[in-house]
This record gives sequence, structure tokens and C-alpha cells, in this order.
Amino acid sequence: MFDQLSERLGAVFKRLSGRGKLSEGDVNEALREVRVALLEADVSLAAAKAFVARVKDQAIGANVLESLSPAQTIVKIVYDELVALLGGAQARLQFADAPPSVILMVGLQGSGKTTQVGKLALRLKEQGRRSLLIAADVYRPAAIEQLQTLGRQIDLPVFERGTGDPVKIARDGVAEARRLGLSTVIVDTAGRLQIDAALMDELDRMKAAVQPKEILLVADAMTGQEATNVAKGFHDRLGITGVILTKMDGDTRGGAALSIHSETGAPIKFVGVGEKLSALEPFYPERLASRILGMGDVLTLIEKTQNLYSQEQAKQLEEKFLKHSFTLDDFLDQMRQMRKLGSMTDLLKMVPGLSSRLPKDFEIPEKDLAKIEAIICSMTRRERRSPDLLNGSRRKRIALGSGTQVSDVNRLVKQFEQSRQMMKQFGGGRKRRLPQLPAGMLR
Amino acid sequence: MNWFGRLRASLGKAREAFSAVQRLGRAGIPLTPEFWDQLEEILILADFGVPTTQKIVTGLQTVAKQEAWKTTDRVVARFRKDVERFLTLPDSHLRLDRRPAVMLIVGVNGSGKTTTIGKLATRLREQRKRVLLVAGDTFRAAAAEQLGIWAARSGSELVRGAEGADPASVVFDGVRAGKARDVDVILIDTAGRLQTKTNLMEELKKIRRIVERELGEPPAETLLVVDGTTGQNAISQAKLFNATAELTGIVVTKLDSTAKGGVLVAIVDELEVPVKFIGLGETPDALRPFDAGEFIDALFDETPEAAMS
Repeated sequence: MFDQLSERLGAVFKRLSGRGKLSEGDVNEALREVRVALLEADVSLAAAKAFVARVKDQAIGANVLESLSPAQTIVKIVYDELVALLGGAQARLQFADAPPSVILMVGLQGSGKTTQVGKLALRLKEQGRRSLLIAADVYRPAAIEQLQTLGRQIDLPVFERGTGDPVKIARDGVAEARRLGLSTVIVDTAGRLQIDAALMDELDRMKAAVQPKEILLVADAMTGQEATNVAKGFHDRLGITGVILTKMDGDTRGGAALSIHSETGAPIKFVGVGEKLSALEPFYPERLASRILGMGDVLTLIEKTQNLYSQEQAKQLEEKFLKHSFTLDDFLDQMRQMRKLGSMTDLLKMVPGLSSRLPKDFEIPEKDLAKIEAIICSMTRRERRSPDLLNGSRRKRIALGSGTQVSDVNRLVKQFEQSRQMMKQFGGGRKRRLPQLPAGMLR
Repeated sequence: MNWFGRLRASLGKAREAFSAVQRLGRAGIPLTPEFWDQLEEILILADFGVPTTQKIVTGLQTVAKQEAWKTTDRVVARFRKDVERFLTLPDSHLRLDRRPAVMLIVGVNGSGKTTTIGKLATRLREQRKRVLLVAGDTFRAAAAEQLGIWAARSGSELVRGAEGADPASVVFDGVRAGKARDVDVILIDTAGRLQTKTNLMEELKKIRRIVERELGEPPAETLLVVDGTTGQNAISQAKLFNATAELTGIVVTKLDSTAKGGVLVAIVDELEVPVKFIGLGETPDALRPFDAGEFIDALFDETPEAAMS
């Protein structure tokens, strides 16, 4: 996400920093390009204009042209303003003092409400809050079945009363949650246009009936200039408390993320980043701003890896590196853990300095990872421990067993040996806390 | 409200933008640099996107210079003609001349594929066609149930597999069944997929291959369903789905909310794939064949009634 915006801004600043001294004309030209880059990323016209105006004001205030490194000062200003545009500090979910705490999910058709109900419920469940899911979308065919299926997948109860009055269903659902002693209620509502008076009125009545602590607008990240109208429409009528941006895992230029907050003041609380129910992440303005400006996102990367390895495991792995006893089994285990984090391509893009240097359409073929997995799984335990055993006939058997070619097996073994050598050299000097994937393992 | 009035009303947003163009283009107003800035801004607000906007504006500027235009009305008249030219493509009607006419419906998540199929099926049933719906979305929870309800409503037949089944095998069964039962039209629903997910796009390729193998020819239609509120990403969707599945047409949904029309111009300009239908609401009759002339007339029509809306 944001690759194109990131690329465009990167080019602007690179040109700027190529010059020692900057004239006012240079800065104006750069800011004009920033504005176009934002517009191309579907940022709303009003937000883009205001953004550029604020950066300009600050640049004048900070006496940028007199500073030692004008280009860097401007990047810093743009970064700060980007963070502000994205909502400043991270906004957390609020819960009512007396349970059940009600979360109302609203939005246009097809923005992903029902799926986000499932994702949010799973997230809360992992934090120890059990939710009742209320099926108040009585219009779309099979919307209730969809929620029931999701409920089964994450083992949470679903409240439904068929296709009756959605306001009554919501009210009865909350009463049911109270009876069951559940801490949270998430209400799935039908998709509707913000200009549909009758359906907006229905939401208004539902709000009065269930007194939600959170009203979350579920919005498609690929929305164009309309994003602000949608957000404003829902906000003016209902007073939304936050936004979940969905479909952020595509090649969206993400303008919606950059416009919604500035137009409504409502913070983005979560982003949907994939089809799996676990693919919902909290939204961090600072991290996203660094990512857009090609500064990488180390914090997210560290958090992700920390979740995978306990201190103990990390220590064990480090020892293995040092003692040259890192086996193909360890490698396989490591690879599987990494794949749990999501796509390898996305992970690499979070590494500072790397994201801007990767080729534009860089992608690690997940298929190759599957191939490597298949090869290792076709080895015996002994072979995995000591790859030296692998003679011609063993390699042939492995290739057959894994549905690959002998040359694939050869390449894997060779690269594994090479990286083991490399790690041995590293091991002497620097110590590494987090083990890395052996370089050159892929392809 | 008749169809024309409804389209006009629903295009309120776009109409605002375009009548702004018209206001700018009254006869006698001298052509100034500010005019060009305003025109650019209006087009960007209408989701035309920066490249298309620049292309249009630069083109107009060149002609204006060549022909030494002094007033804005000439520019606006030309602009109207240009947009109409962009949008008018041959083959904008649904191809029903084969039997069975197989239509593969593709698109990103939540664009409205299943609903579009339901509406299309209703339309075709009204034309007394025998229609078979194939539930090729085996991924999303209850997608097949949703299609099943549309099948029942429209009086179409249904082929479905188990949730999580291989979509290609369901499609295979569907096409086989359609041929055996000698239906007129087979509408194939597919799971929503973001155009950048390589593995899912490969899956789509496989589905298309199977249809082609079973028919001995490509499907009559491969329609991309695009959410009308989408911004510039719609162009990427159209490009990548076209590269994977060779689109024959585009369906733009949810145009009753926004209908700024802009991104539609950009897509047609970029790919030369015609827009075949537009969706203007929840009822089955709200899916209408796209007609460039009518569309633009509605955009430019400035009756007192419309001016009030």
C-alpha cells in the first residue's frame, strides 16, 4: 500500500536534496509536486490543498532556506504534517464502564462490515473479551448466514431474529448479551448510502436503542474523492467514534486514509490487511507516515517478530548459529514462523532503507517458499540434521518425494551451506538478537 | 421516476461537477489561466485522476491555441465531445448469441459481483432465457447461500459446491451441467480478489482456462464489476483483471451514491473495454445497460428541476 505515493514523494525529495542551496522557487515547485502526488493517491482535494498550505507556512516559519540542510528540514515538516493528517496519536477502542460495551458497525455496501465484525471479535477474544455478534443486516441475502459462519469459525455466539425490525433485533441482542454475561456486543448493520434518508434514520434509532460506546465506520481504502463525503455523511448523522479502513493490502494509494481524519476528526482505529480473520491491525499514524516517506517501519517489524519468538527461543537459535549447529529443521521452523507474519514481500518492505531500494514490482514468490518447505519435508530427520549425507540417490528420492527437480534440491543444499558459513563468520564478532533468514535462500 | 430522471438525480454529484464546467463555459467569458485551473480542479474532484485530467486539459489547450479561441464556451463544447468520444465504444451490448452464453463475473471484494449476477439473472429471466448460476465463490462465508437466494428469486437454476471447495471444480461442474441442461446463459460468480494477489489471480486464470476448455472457446463475456465509489485504484483493477482474464466489459455499481463518472472515463480511455452496465440502486431493475449518449446527456442536462436537486 502507498507504494506509488511513497515513490512519488521520494523522487520529489531526492531532487530537492540534490541541490545545496534552495530557492523559494525550488520549494514551491516541490510542493506543487507533492500536491499532485497526493491527488494521484486519491487524497481529497481539500485535504491536499490544506496539507500543502500548512507545510508551506511551517517552512517559512522555520526559515528553511537558511537552515543547514533545507531538504531534510522540509522532509521533517512533511513527516510531522503527515502524522497530523493521519490523526496524530494512535486511537484505541473505548469500552463502557458497565458491560456489555456495544460496538456498532456502519458503512456503505461492500465495504466489509460483516467480515470486520468477525475480525474485531476475534481480536477482542484474544484479549479476553467475549463478544455477542448481532445480525442486524436484514436486507442483504444471506448476510445472517455469513455472520453465523464467522461466529462458528471463531467460536462466538451470534444473535439473530431473521429479517425482523433491525432496531428491535439490536435491542434484544444487547439484552441477551447482558443475560449471558458477555462483555462486548458487536452489531453488524446493513450497508447503506449516507444519503439514504430512511436507512440513516434507522441507524439513528438503533443508536438511541443500544447506546453504543463505539460507532465504527467501515470504509474501503480504495474509495476516491467520495471518501470524505461518505465519512462526513455518517459522521454528521451519527457521530462516528472511529474508522476501520479495509482492503489496505492491495495496491491502493490510500488517499482515503489521508482524508477521512482531516474531514471528520474521527480517528482511524484499525486497518484490514487481508482475507484471513486475523488480518486486522491497529492503525499507527507515525508508523504509516514513516512508511510513506520510505523510512521503513521497524516498530511493526519488531513487534511482529517479538510475538513469534520468546526470549528463550531466540536465545536457543542464537546459540545454534554460533555453534554451527543450525540445521535444516531449524530453518524450516523459522521459515514457517516467518510466513505466519504475512507475506515475506510486505515484511521486507518494512525494513528501513530497503523499501525504497527494492525494485518496483518486487515480490517473493510464495510458491518458492512452498517448494523449499516441500523439499525439506521430504528429507529424513537424519538428513535434515546433517545435509552432508545427501548423496546423488538421496537427492533424487527427495526430488521425487517433493515433486521438484534434483537441481532444486541441489540449489537449496548449496545455499544452506553457504549461509551457514556466513553465519559462522558473523557469529565470531557481532551478536544478533533476532535470527535472520539466511540470505540467498530464495532463488 | 423514469429511468432518465433517476439517472439524472443519481448523478447529482457528477452533475454538480459538470454543470460547474458549464457555468465556466458560458458564451462570452474570456479564456484565462484561471479557467484552466478551475477546469482541472473540477475534473480531479470528479475522480478523473491526474493523468486523464492532464491529458484532457492539455489537449483542449492545444486546440484552443491552434484555433485561437477567445472564450470558454468553445472549450466546454469541445470537452463534452471529447468525453463522449472516450466513452463510446463498439460491443457495448451483452453477447447472447452463443448457447450457452457463459459469463464470468470478476472483481475485488465487495464490489457487488453477487448482487450484479442476481440482477442480471432477473433481467435475463424477464427475457425468457433459461439461466444457470454457478457459485464459484467458495471462500467467503455464505456466498453460495446469497447466490442461492438470488437464484430462487429470479427463477434461475443453481450449481454450488461445498464451502472451501476448489472453485475451479465447481465451475467445471457448472459449465458441464449448463451444457447438459441446454440453458441459454450461465452466470459464474467468483470470489472477490484484490488484483495484486498473484495466487488468487492465478486461480482466476485457471477458472477461465477450464471454461474455455469445456466450451472450446473463450466465455462470451468476462465482466469486471467495479464499485462506483472507487478512486484511481479502479484503473489498476481494470488493468490487472484484463491482463489475467481478458475482460469484455465493465459493470460499474453503486453509482446512485456518487456517480462522479470520472474514473469510468479513465478506465475506458486506458483499456478500451466498454462499460456495459451501471448499477443505480438495490432493486433488480436498477441495473441498466450503459449508454454513453444518455449518460452524458444526463450529466449535461440543466433543467430547472435538476438545478434544484
